[in-house]
Amino acid sequence: MTAKTILSRPVYGTLSPQPGRNHLFVADAEGAAAILDMAKATPEGFFADAHIMFVPDDTGTNYVEAVKSLQPARFYQGPTIAAALPRLRQTLATAHMGLRIYLAGSEGLIGQAMQAAMEAGFDPSSIQTEHRGSLARRVQCVHCKGITENVTTQPVTCSHCGLLLLVRDHYSRRLAAFQGVCINAEDPTESPQAEEIFR
Amino acid sequence: MSAGTRKIDVIVTDVVPVNELVKRFHFQRTDGQLLPTFSGGAHVVVEMRDDDRTRLNPYSLMSSPLDTRDYTISVRRDDTGRGGSLFMHQRVNPGMRMVISSPVNLFSLDLRARKHLMIAGGIGITPFMAQTSQLAGDAGNFELHYTCRTETLATYADVLKGRYGRRIHLYRDDQGERLPLEQLLASQPLGTHLYICGPAGMIEWVRRTAAEAGWPDDTVHFEHFAAPQPGKPFDVTLAISGKQIRVSEQQSLLEAIEAAGIDPPYLCRGGVCGQCETKVISYDGNFLHNDHWLSEEEHQSGRKIMPCVSRFEGKSLVLER
Repeated sequence: MTAKTILSRPVYGTLSPQPGRNHLFVADAEGAAAILDMAKATPEGFFADAHIMFVPDDTGTNYVEAVKSLQPARFYQGPTIAAALPRLRQTLATAHMGLRIYLAGSEGLIGQAMQAAMEAGFDPSSIQTEHRGSLARRVQCVHCKGITENVTTQPVTCSHCGLLLLVRDHYSRRLAAFQGVCINAEDPTESPQAEEIFR
Repeated sequence: MSAGTRKIDVIVTDVVPVNELVKRFHFQRTDGQLLPTFSGGAHVVVEMRDDDRTRLNPYSLMSSPLDTRDYTISVRRDDTGRGGSLFMHQRVNPGMRMVISSPVNLFSLDLRARKHLMIAGGIGITPFMAQTSQLAGDAGNFELHYTCRTETLATYADVLKGRYGRRIHLYRDDQGERLPLEQLLASQPLGTHLYICGPAGMIEWVRRTAAEAGWPDDTVHFEHFAAPQPGKPFDVTLAISGKQIRVSEQQSLLEAIEAAGIDPPYLCRGGVCGQCETKVISYDGNFLHNDHWLSEEEHQSGRKIMPCVSRFEGKSLVLER
């Protein structure tokens, strides 16, 4: 569970079945386990109207068969989040009110899928989320605006401009990223030890 | 005391009979200035000085928010109500000076919506007159579905059809036409917000159907002014001011408290805004709760009452007022 530190820091819940006509699940890695846990409490036939998009990432084939066995109306397995996002946007572009969205897994997955849902007209408060697995962050460098994926250390070197960044809890829903600010602007020779804290 | 709203002195500039049940009233400021800006869905509270008593009834503004030279309201005559609408129909004439409150909006559009789907029943059309004018001015995306008893009681349907054509859908009960609610709700694009104004039964039906179809609560907006219902007279003790009052048959509890010289906060006078919520100190009898503000548990608890619309039957009632 994530604790709320500042107002923009996302806080995630536990997936629970919502009333609706269609259900869209987007999950990566350990997020599959959140869907499987929720499935224990869903009414008969719930997944007959469901579409599951799953990016196994480093979980390989561990969850794939279990998720398929829920027999969703549609199942998609993607190699990466980036590969799955255009497909998600296309699905949302033709969807109607009554669709419910469930996001589970890493913060990067939840944030980027929520960004796509917001662009399609969804209010974040109506989206179910559950954080599972990695604490790795998507970070935007406030100086060059480049985004560095899968950040696990504090501080981190910007993968675009090379500045050493302090990763803040300050989060942007619009960008689906945490803010990274140069940690040694006054004295670039000062270089604090990087610690792995977002495992 | 109306919470945070100022009074405005107005003159009635026109009274227009619209059909057998509805009259339209036009107000301008007596000092000739522009009226305050408002947004579609706002209402004003109209003070009706009727000999020995003052009624304060809320009415939705139906004129365009883009034009504040005058405000217009439409009042449906209710022959069995407490007399507010009859006062407006029978006693209010052009040239008469009246007092209204500044506008308050408890039914505003959510302008983040991609599309606004509006459902009106009967005289519930009035807030949508202002909202559609507001949206049309910004090229907003809306669709209005309007249910009425008969063609002649479809107040302003002709005006709306003239302005917005195929965006207006009319359903006449006497022609056996029914609003295809489930299909309508199932075919809306993501980002649609739903607005409902009409009789309580219709609001309940649409809200329930939308919730079952998976519409998040945040996307469903509704307005129902429960006009205070007449009832048996009852006695109340006001503990803080140390007064005993009697609420007469045609009076609301809020009006009786005001008549005793006490000035409780209010905004909507229709059981929806929560401003006049009052604590019950003790009681012996039954509450007749008519509001949409307190929860079911609060109604059961006997600890709170909304004096604008709710009544009491029994031996004694002591309020913290």
